[in-house]
Amino acid sequence: MRIDCDIHPFVPNTRALFPHLPPHWRDTSEIRGIDDLHSVNYPDASPLTVRAEWRPAAGRPATTAALVGAQALDAFGSDIGILNCLYGVQTLYSDDLAAAYASALNDWVRAEFLDRDPRFRASIVVSLENIGMAVAEIERCAADPRFVQVLLLAGTSHPIGKRLYWPLFEAAVNHRLPVALHAGSELRNAPTALGWPSYYLEDYVANAQTFQYQLTSLFTEGVFNRFPELKVVMLESGWTWLPPLLWRIAKYWGGLRMEIPWADRSPAEIVRDQVRFSLTPTDGPADPDRLRRVLDHIGSDEVLLFSTDYPHAQFAGAEVFPAGIDEALRDRIAAANPLATYPRLAESLGGTA
Amino acid sequence: MQRPADIVDCDIHPAVRSMADLEPWLERRWIEHYKTYGALRQTHYVSGAPYHKSQPNASRRDAYPPEGGPQGSSPAFLSSHHLDANGITVGVLNPLVQSQGVRNLGHSAALCRAINHWQAEIWVAREPRLRASIVVPYEDPDVSADEIRHWAGDRRFVQVLLLSRSSSLPGNKRYWPIYQAAAEAGLPVGIHAFGNSGWPVSNVGWPSFYLEEMVGHAQTSQSGLVSLVLEGVFERWPTLKVVLVESGFTWAPSLLWRLDKAFDTLRSEVPHLKLRPSEYIRRNVWWTSQPMDEPENRRFLADMFDWLGWDRLLFSSDYPHWDFDDPTRVIMFPASEEQRQAFFAGNARAVYAL
Amino acid sequence: MASHVVAATAEFPPGTRRVIEIDGRAVVVFNVKGEYFALLDKCPHNGGSLAAGVVTGLLQSAEPGCYSYAREGEIIRCPWHGWEFDIKTGRSFCSVIRARARAFPVHIEPGQTIVEGPYRAETVPVRVEDDYVVVDA
Repeated sequence: MRIDCDIHPFVPNTRALFPHLPPHWRDTSEIRGIDDLHSVNYPDASPLTVRAEWRPAAGRPATTAALVGAQALDAFGSDIGILNCLYGVQTLYSDDLAAAYASALNDWVRAEFLDRDPRFRASIVVSLENIGMAVAEIERCAADPRFVQVLLLAGTSHPIGKRLYWPLFEAAVNHRLPVALHAGSELRNAPTALGWPSYYLEDYVANAQTFQYQLTSLFTEGVFNRFPELKVVMLESGWTWLPPLLWRIAKYWGGLRMEIPWADRSPAEIVRDQVRFSLTPTDGPADPDRLRRVLDHIGSDEVLLFSTDYPHAQFAGAEVFPAGIDEALRDRIAAANPLATYPRLAESLGGTA
Repeated sequence: MQRPADIVDCDIHPAVRSMADLEPWLERRWIEHYKTYGALRQTHYVSGAPYHKSQPNASRRDAYPPEGGPQGSSPAFLSSHHLDANGITVGVLNPLVQSQGVRNLGHSAALCRAINHWQAEIWVAREPRLRASIVVPYEDPDVSADEIRHWAGDRRFVQVLLLSRSSSLPGNKRYWPIYQAAAEAGLPVGIHAFGNSGWPVSNVGWPSFYLEEMVGHAQTSQSGLVSLVLEGVFERWPTLKVVLVESGFTWAPSLLWRLDKAFDTLRSEVPHLKLRPSEYIRRNVWWTSQPMDEPENRRFLADMFDWLGWDRLLFSSDYPHWDFDDPTRVIMFPASEEQRQAFFAGNARAVYAL
Repeated sequence: MASHVVAATAEFPPGTRRVIEIDGRAVVVFNVKGEYFALLDKCPHNGGSLAAGVVTGLLQSAEPGCYSYAREGEIIRCPWHGWEFDIKTGRSFCSVIRARARAFPVHIEPGQTIVEGPYRAETVPVRVEDDYVVVDA
């Protein structure tokens, strides 16, 4: 069993979503020229956005179930793929427009992918511009068991642990949906804490900092104390940064416990219990022995989930695992860990997790 | 651990008793300006920090001078309480006195000049173990370059001091006059955590807690370092030395792996770079050690030293601040005599030409 | 192990602390609401002097946003890194802190017994009619 936890279907343009938009929003989109919502998080022609052999002669990659099934699942021997659509509906400023497009996107994924290939599962995309409407979208989609998680962009308006977001965590827990943060930003804030960089390369590298701020926020605000059943999944986050971040949080917690008296478990315990990371990209050393040391620092074989990050260009060839991850751990990462993370997926496969 | 014979402390914070300490070197107009308007920065409170510190002045409660005044404000007490007590042979001063990042650029420049005189005449002149940093009004890079040239060649000053939370990313071309002047003077540029950039302290907005601000310096410094490399600062000034002060360093191996990997994919965007990012960093960048992480298994830290290189790390205490590191408690894992000597003194003596 | 006289109870009121030197080690003694407790005056973290720290209460929380503040005057915060310890036991309240501040037994002895010995009271004049705080270390 191999479960790919991070696959990206691409929306060709807003017109593809029109069948799933209410007539008023469909006509508004026509009249006002809302042609495309593809975000600068992944510029179309950037070499990182699409691996060369998956780039079509014209248009966007990964737009059909047949293509994604063949390139992302068959080619890597995966049995199941979780679809995380990154179309930029989260950056719309109007509550209503954003909610309409998020719903249309979820319905598009259902109609174009889930209904066409039983190997697919999907994440529920929500806009955080209005938390009540995000919760309503979770409730609406959760009725379909093929939706297995809630998907947010890692770069939110406010640190994700803050209480304004808690209704979303509550809804997710109620439906046994992990909450995923994926690389990318709503761009309500600049890509770095020192403003807007000059290069896309800086934006992309800065995603790892975003995840670090967010994990710190989730810890300090007590999200994992309040929602002990919650799983947070960090997608396309990189994960070699994790141990030093946990050391630093623990160090300052020792002296600043008074700020967060609800914190009971150490950051490392919380991660082991409630936080997961997609495998790709492995931002690791060339030397596999050093990568083994990083895994020692992490100290848990439960936290990594198999992913190709298709069609993003993160590795060459067909071997997704970097050298330094041994066979037994590869098996865990490919199946046991995803099954333990996604209860709705496990159930649909006849498991009990 | 036994205390080494030679310890260079690369981060000591002298404080003013009050801003009146700077008046001997300020024009009357700036003295009056300060009394009337204060030193306005891109932050909200007249006094105190946006995120309240864990202790008064963010400093050790046992570091108040016996004659009164805030921690770090007495040269005599700093000498006995820190340099003598902890066996510091050379200490580098990094004043975090209100000056850098002051919005009125004329005021910022005047305060920086005064602070440099104050360091030279009140601190270094009386204590031969201390060295000063040239504090520059970095949001006015041309004036900053003038300030560097003013003190260049004065061996009391061993580096140029910037803060990590600048208004633009530090590699941005607008700051290049600073690097030009530092390179001409042969002085390292120390970038110390903190400052008020005007941006939220994280790229996901304002967090709730001081704990997050403190942890977040590590992430913000990552963005700063990436900017210096990708903008080509080290391509333009191959001999420029940058020291990241109090930013943490254990994040660096992972960042370098990530940066190289992304660079390999996206290098067509940055054709001005001739080397991989990690090669510039390996050549041009150093880190101070405090606050040293404390993983339960301290040998994990030895991996970080090995991966970054024992020649890259400089001991610092951060005296008198509350998260002070004691030199006898930072290397709590096996290390060779040669490695210890490099870390506690040799690297700093080379970087700062002491 | 020997018994060391710290001070007469009358001169060591609640809310105060005293440091005594025992065999070259500093020990800090606290009067917490009339009861006396002693800790090695060296934070188990990096060795900061606990005597220079601030005494506080114990802040706890059942869930985020709820604060219960109890045991005021019973917790010492190290003046360096702010680690908190229970004055009565030396225990920490943060799960990443496994180290404890070393505690010593303290009791009250009448001056009469002290004069009879064997107590060390080199620096404290002892009068038979008073009671004294004594640390066993």
